[in-house]
Amino acid sequence: MRGSAAAGQPALPVRLLGALGGTTLDGLEHLGRFGRFFGEALLAVVVPPFKLGRLVERLHFIGFRSLVIVILTGGFTGMVLALQIFFTLSRFGSEAFLGPAVALSLLRELGPVLSALIVTGRAGSALTAEIGIMRITEQIDALVVMALDPRRYLVVPAIVAGMIAFPLMTAIFDVVGIFGGYLVGVHLLGLSPGTYFGEMQTFVDVEDVMTGVWKSLSFGVIVTWVCCYKGFHCGHGAQGVARATTQAVVLSSVLIVVWDYFLGSVLP
Amino acid sequence: MIRVEGLWKSFDGQPVLRGLSLEVGTGEIMVVIGRSGGGKSVLLKHMLGLLHPDSGRIEVDGLDVARLRGAALDRVRERYGVVFQSGALFDSISVLDNVAFPLREKTRLPAAEVRARAEQQLAQVGLTGMSHKNPAEISGGMRKRVAIARALVTEPRIVFFDEPTTGLDPILVNAIHRLILDLHRRLEFTAVVISHEIPEIFSIADRVALLHEGVIVEEGSPEAILASANPVVGQFIRGEADASLLSAAMTHPGRHPA
Repeated sequence: MRGSAAAGQPALPVRLLGALGGTTLDGLEHLGRFGRFFGEALLAVVVPPFKLGRLVERLHFIGFRSLVIVILTGGFTGMVLALQIFFTLSRFGSEAFLGPAVALSLLRELGPVLSALIVTGRAGSALTAEIGIMRITEQIDALVVMALDPRRYLVVPAIVAGMIAFPLMTAIFDVVGIFGGYLVGVHLLGLSPGTYFGEMQTFVDVEDVMTGVWKSLSFGVIVTWVCCYKGFHCGHGAQGVARATTQAVVLSSVLIVVWDYFLGSVLP
Repeated sequence: MIRVEGLWKSFDGQPVLRGLSLEVGTGEIMVVIGRSGGGKSVLLKHMLGLLHPDSGRIEVDGLDVARLRGAALDRVRERYGVVFQSGALFDSISVLDNVAFPLREKTRLPAAEVRARAEQQLAQVGLTGMSHKNPAEISGGMRKRVAIARALVTEPRIVFFDEPTTGLDPILVNAIHRLILDLHRRLEFTAVVISHEIPEIFSIADRVALLHEGVIVEEGSPEAILASANPVVGQFIRGEADASLLSAAMTHPGRHPA
């Protein structure tokens, strides 16, 4: 027999295995809670009573109040896209395809992804912080002891508003971006307006538009789900809310990019 | 009636409640006192069904809250009114909307009736004319009174007060205690009050229970508690520091023990 320390503690490989197992179980439990949170919220989406007033308020908060920054970034994204694509196309003598190139880039990829990232930064973070503060100031407990379901007031309206607002914000981003590209391509780089829009009509299909719509719709669900979950399960005090907000924005942003790749590979 | 039997609860292996038992009779005001971090709020959260015990029973009118979930638990909670330590007022809506909230969400009363009842409740706690204000715009004492008005607007049979006077000046403390007593006489609810305000809180208590190290060490009328020979009770009532705190003060004479 070895010394008492060796007798009292399991061997190092066993401890490492134990730590690995513990971490895996914690991760799985967390994932289970995350999934269950979404499942219960989805159930509350279809089972009355519906909080229409809260939905309108959330739409205003997530959608309308993100409008200025979405228009601004959409416009400049279209402009810089036109500038870069024009110089690339001019090397092959294909400047005429500037319109479809800008439109397809925006409709299929940049519109949904960038507008989702912008709305996450503006509204998603605020959503987590608001719910987190309600958690630490016992406002959520107050709803529970009134025999009311806090998810119905805080989560369901946010998810439904996300499903409505994200595609709308993306549509606005795309339109403003296409006109930003028009401004640079036609007024700065000398392309004819007819070529810019004419070629766009030839090459852009409804499928391209729908790809963007499906993406933005799913981003709306992902962002509001993650942000509400993180707010609901935030730690103690101001530090807990701050950590939850950071985690919500980081996780939402990563999931947007990963989910974008997945959808990009399965959608036509 | 509320009957707590053999309640055990641990957090991360640390026991907070160690087989606690307590009985609150219908219509009485039971005051639970004890040191900070002693488990008073944990006990309250068990009674509210916000926490579930490791073992033990919490009977409310014969129903075991510890075993109930979902709609069955909500039916028990519909008898409750709760005044949270922080007030827990919804900060995005006005004072009136806060008080009207439970009526709007839990009853089918017409809007005018809801408004009238909420205003009447605010008047009962002495806050006439404050209806339109936001909770952030009123003082701490007023927020507590709004919280009391919101807890009582549905005319609950059982009201829980979690340190309703924490952070208020002595005049406001007495005013809130008088208000609780006055409302109790009028509405005849059962009350569980968690408090630190000694001896002021004794003036409204029918019975007092001292929670120490996870169990109720003494229980009785305020007079019996004040006359108790139990050293733990004496230490708490007279605010005498225990040996560990005194030793900390001696080691760090420039600091006050927390």
